[in-house]
Amino acid sequence: MSTLLKNIIRFVLFILVQAFVLDKVPALHQYVKPVLYFLFVLWLPFNLPRFGLLVIAFVFGLSMDYFAGWPGLHAAPCVLIAYVRPFLLNILLPQESTELSYVEPSIKSLGWAPYATYVVILTFLHHTYLVLIEWTQVGDFVFFIGKVIATMAVSLLLIFVTEMLFFRKAKFRTNAA
Amino acid sequence: MRNIFLFIRRYFTLISFVLLQIFAWAMLIKYSRTHEAIFANNANEVTGYVSGKYKTVEDYLYLKKANEDLAAENARLKNMMAISFQGPDSTQQLYIDSLSKDTLGRVRKFLWLPAKVVNNDVNNEANYITLHRGRNQGVEKDMIVVGPNGIIGKVVLVSDNYARVMSLLNRFSKVSAMLKKDNYSGMVEWDGKDPRYVTLNNISKSAKVAKGDTVITSNLSEYPAGLMIGTVANITAEKASNYYTLTVKTSTNFFTLQYAYVVANLLYGEQKQLEAQTPKAQ
Repeated sequence: MSTLLKNIIRFVLFILVQAFVLDKVPALHQYVKPVLYFLFVLWLPFNLPRFGLLVIAFVFGLSMDYFAGWPGLHAAPCVLIAYVRPFLLNILLPQESTELSYVEPSIKSLGWAPYATYVVILTFLHHTYLVLIEWTQVGDFVFFIGKVIATMAVSLLLIFVTEMLFFRKAKFRTNAA
Repeated sequence: MRNIFLFIRRYFTLISFVLLQIFAWAMLIKYSRTHEAIFANNANEVTGYVSGKYKTVEDYLYLKKANEDLAAENARLKNMMAISFQGPDSTQQLYIDSLSKDTLGRVRKFLWLPAKVVNNDVNNEANYITLHRGRNQGVEKDMIVVGPNGIIGKVVLVSDNYARVMSLLNRFSKVSAMLKKDNYSGMVEWDGKDPRYVTLNNISKSAKVAKGDTVITSNLSEYPAGLMIGTVANITAEKASNYYTLTVKTSTNFFTLQYAYVVANLLYGEQKQLEAQTPKAQ
């Protein structure tokens, strides 16, 4: 399966899962809300131009917004993590240029510790920005701190489960592909 | 000039990042002010369609509950019908007036349109509901949405076949309400915590409130007056002010919404027009 087709399917699946499964789960508490959709941005291939990355993240966030009924709420955080992603990968990638031999970020291509750092930092950025937007419209400071921490914990757990369930075989890039 | 182009080329990604952020914030700010958004129309049709497909499956799980609700509502309405009342005095007879025009000169103010709920959130800070009934079927912005057991919300976006409703469970929602017992009025809002409870503010401490009291829409609200909102579940006396803060258990169960009525206030335009004409300084 080509990388393009795979990512189109992921685009649709992530939005449907977020909108019709995770958003429908009865909430345990006001702060505990499962958010997983942004993993799509984290899984995008290495070789995308940075501008393309921003535009894809924006369109993805906007599609999510229309299911949530609050335009701009998800688009802004998605663009932020898409902007930070290349800088972070530059620091985390091993010196012998992994991006030349692997297609996308995964446990296999980055290694356990760097991949975990990558996920934690981007999740933190995404949630802080998302809750910050909610906070400017509604809520107070305790809401902000509490929700960032609680949602982050749930998201990290969900990402961990997803990585275990859908183990992505890290493909070596070859000239044939 | 050359330097400008060089600058743009050098910082192209940063500039596009900032532009996209500005674009997102523009939508956020415009949306929270007017509840209208760019592309809202098309997007509403697409998300409405997908939600409709999903809902057809989910419907089967709640069929029994929906039937019970509708049957209960039917029973209540049948009890109000003229045929249920009979006087023992046989000199008086009840005739059903078949004239379509009300000879007492009363004008129809509210028109009730049934609609199917195709999407419903309860977990967000701002929850919205999608109805499968839109502009082509007579729904307009600012119309009121009522369920079989109580009020639900207000239409904020309309496309050709779907309407987006701001649920009562929305941080931006405000409904004028009163206690059924002694007509003290206040504002019903949602604090984002529990989808089963809303808050009723600004009830004066002179009101005699008890747990279990009924809360209904007031005659000041856009809703038809006297519709059920819920029952008082908890009473907190604000120490700093002269008001109670009441926790109200909603009579509508927002977890199992199936059908709703869109209520068109046919005189709403006239009322708003008159209110807009009020002289500012007298």
